[in-house]
Amino acid sequence: MMPNTMRDAWYPVGLLSGLSDDGKDSQLLGEPISVFGAKNGRPSVESAGRTLPVVERFGHLWTSLGSPNKDLFTIPEADHPERKLVDVGVVRVKCSPLRAVENFLDVAHFPFVHTDILGAESHPEVSDYKVEIRDDVDEVWATKVEFFQPQAAKSAGGGITTEYMYRVPAPTCAVLYKTCPPRPGEWDVITLFVQPLTEDLCDVWPWMALFDDESSMTDLIHFQQLIFLQDRSILENQLPKRLPLDPAMETPTRADLTSVAYRRWLKRHNYTFGAQLVAE
Amino acid sequence: MILYDYILSPSCYKVRLLASLLEVPLEVRPVDFHPGREHKSAALLALNPAGSIPILVDGDLILTESAAMLAYIAGQHGPGWLAGSNPVDIAQQQQWLAFSHRLTHALGGARLVEMLHFYGDLPALQASGIAALRELEAALFARRLSGGTFLVADAPSIADIACFPYVALAPDGSVSLDIYPSIRIWMRAIRALPGFIEMPGIHRLHELAPDPFEEASL
Ligand SMILES: N[C@H](CCC(=O)N[C@@H](CS)C(=O)NCC(=O)O)C(=O)O
Ligand SMILES: [Fe+2]
Repeated sequence: MMPNTMRDAWYPVGLLSGLSDDGKDSQLLGEPISVFGAKNGRPSVESAGRTLPVVERFGHLWTSLGSPNKDLFTIPEADHPERKLVDVGVVRVKCSPLRAVENFLDVAHFPFVHTDILGAESHPEVSDYKVEIRDDVDEVWATKVEFFQPQAAKSAGGGITTEYMYRVPAPTCAVLYKTCPPRPGEWDVITLFVQPLTEDLCDVWPWMALFDDESSMTDLIHFQQLIFLQDRSILENQLPKRLPLDPAMETPTRADLTSVAYRRWLKRHNYTFGAQLVAE
Repeated sequence: MILYDYILSPSCYKVRLLASLLEVPLEVRPVDFHPGREHKSAALLALNPAGSIPILVDGDLILTESAAMLAYIAGQHGPGWLAGSNPVDIAQQQQWLAFSHRLTHALGGARLVEMLHFYGDLPALQASGIAALRELEAALFARRLSGGTFLVADAPSIADIACFPYVALAPDGSVSLDIYPSIRIWMRAIRALPGFIEMPGIHRLHELAPDPFEEASL
C-alpha cells in the first residue's frame, strides 16, 4: 500500500496558463482528480467530492491528496525579474515518476542520450563532485558537478565546461542550477516537476527560469522539449519499471552518487510510490 | 525557403530530413505548437487555413502539405529522389505518399494522445496504425525478396522520407515495432543515408560495439 508520506507531498497538476474552466480529469498517485481553472474564481482541484489544497507557483498549479506539513518549496533565484520564465508544457511518459527524477539527476547519460548537445561521446568523464542529504532543509543536494558540453544552452555559442548543482526538494521534483553562458556568476534554473499518475506512468512538467535576452520563448521551449523527448525514449525502456530501492541493487559509481543519495532519501521517508523494494 | 517548424513534429522533420540529405539550406521559423497552439493562431491560419504545420514558403509559393514540400525540394535539388519515367514507379510513389497520410492520422494521432494530452480515440488510432504497419511490412518484405531496400525502384525516394518518421515514432503512441523485421531493416537503411539527421525518438546509427571475441583473444 502507498505510505501516507507521499500523499502529503505537493505535486504539479497543470500549467496555470492552460487550465480549463470546465475541468480536466487526471490522476494523482493512482486516484482520480479533476483540475479546474477559474470555476470558483481561482484554480481548484477535486478528488472524490473533496476539495484539495492548492498552491499557484512556478507557472503551475500544485495540489496534495493529504495534509502537507510544509509549504511547497521555493526557488529564490527564480524570482529575479530579468529571468525568462518558460512554461515548457506537459509530456506524458510511461515510466515510474521516481525514475523520471533519477534520470534528470544523472549527468553521465548526457554524451549518449543528448549527443553533441549536452554531452560529447569523446568527453564522457564526470569529475569528482559532492553529494549530501541536507537535514536542515530535508533535501538532496549535489554540488560542484563539472561537465564538458558542446551546446550547454540555447544561448551557448560553442563547447564549454559547465558547472551544475542538483537539488531534490520534493519526492518527484528536481531543480538543477547550471552555469549561465551570457551571465557569468548567475545560475540558470531548470526544473523537472513530475505528476505521478500511477506507479509506471507520469506527466512531466518541465519549467525553466533563464537569463537569455537573445532566444525567443518558442526557441527556449523547443530546446527543452528536444532534450526531454530524448530522455523520454530512454525512460520508457528502462527495466525494472519501478525504481529499485533495495541497497543490494545499488551500484555506486561516481556518476551514480546523486542517484544513490536520492534512493536513500526516498527510502528513509517511505516515498515508495513507483519504487520496488525487493529485487524481482 | 522558410519552414514553419516544430522540433517534435514528424511532418516537419520529413522536410528537414530531406533538406539535410540534399544539403539544401532551410530557414527555420519555430512554431509554438505545444503548449502554445500557435499553429491555430490568426497569423498562421492566414498562411494555412488547415491549421497544421509544416508550412513551406518560397517566394510566392506557399505549401501546406509535407508530400508536396518533398516533391518541391527533390524536384529542385535531387531529381534522383523522384520516381522517374516508369509509370509503375510514378504510381507507386504516389501510392506511398498518399499512404503516408494514414500513418500521420493513425500513428501520429496515437502519439499526440499518448504524449502531449491531445484528445482522440486511442484504441481506434492504434488499431488503424497497426493495420498500416502490417501493410508496409508485407510490401517491404516483398521488396526484399526481389532485391530492393527502399519502397520504390532501386534508390531511396521521397516515398521513403514521407513514410519513415511516423513509422519510426510508433512506440511514442504505444505501438510496438518489434514484430516487423522488414520495417526495421528499412529504417536502418534510411538512418544509414549520408546526411541523415535525428529527431527526438529517432536516433542516429552508432558504431557497432567492439567484437567481444576479438578482445578476449588479445
Ligand atoms: N498537412 C499534413 C499534416 C501534417 C500534420 O498532421 N501536422 C501536425 C503536426 S505533426 C499538425 O499540425 N496537427 C495539427 C492539426 O492538424 O490541427 C502534412 O503536411 O503532412
Ligand atoms: Fe537527459
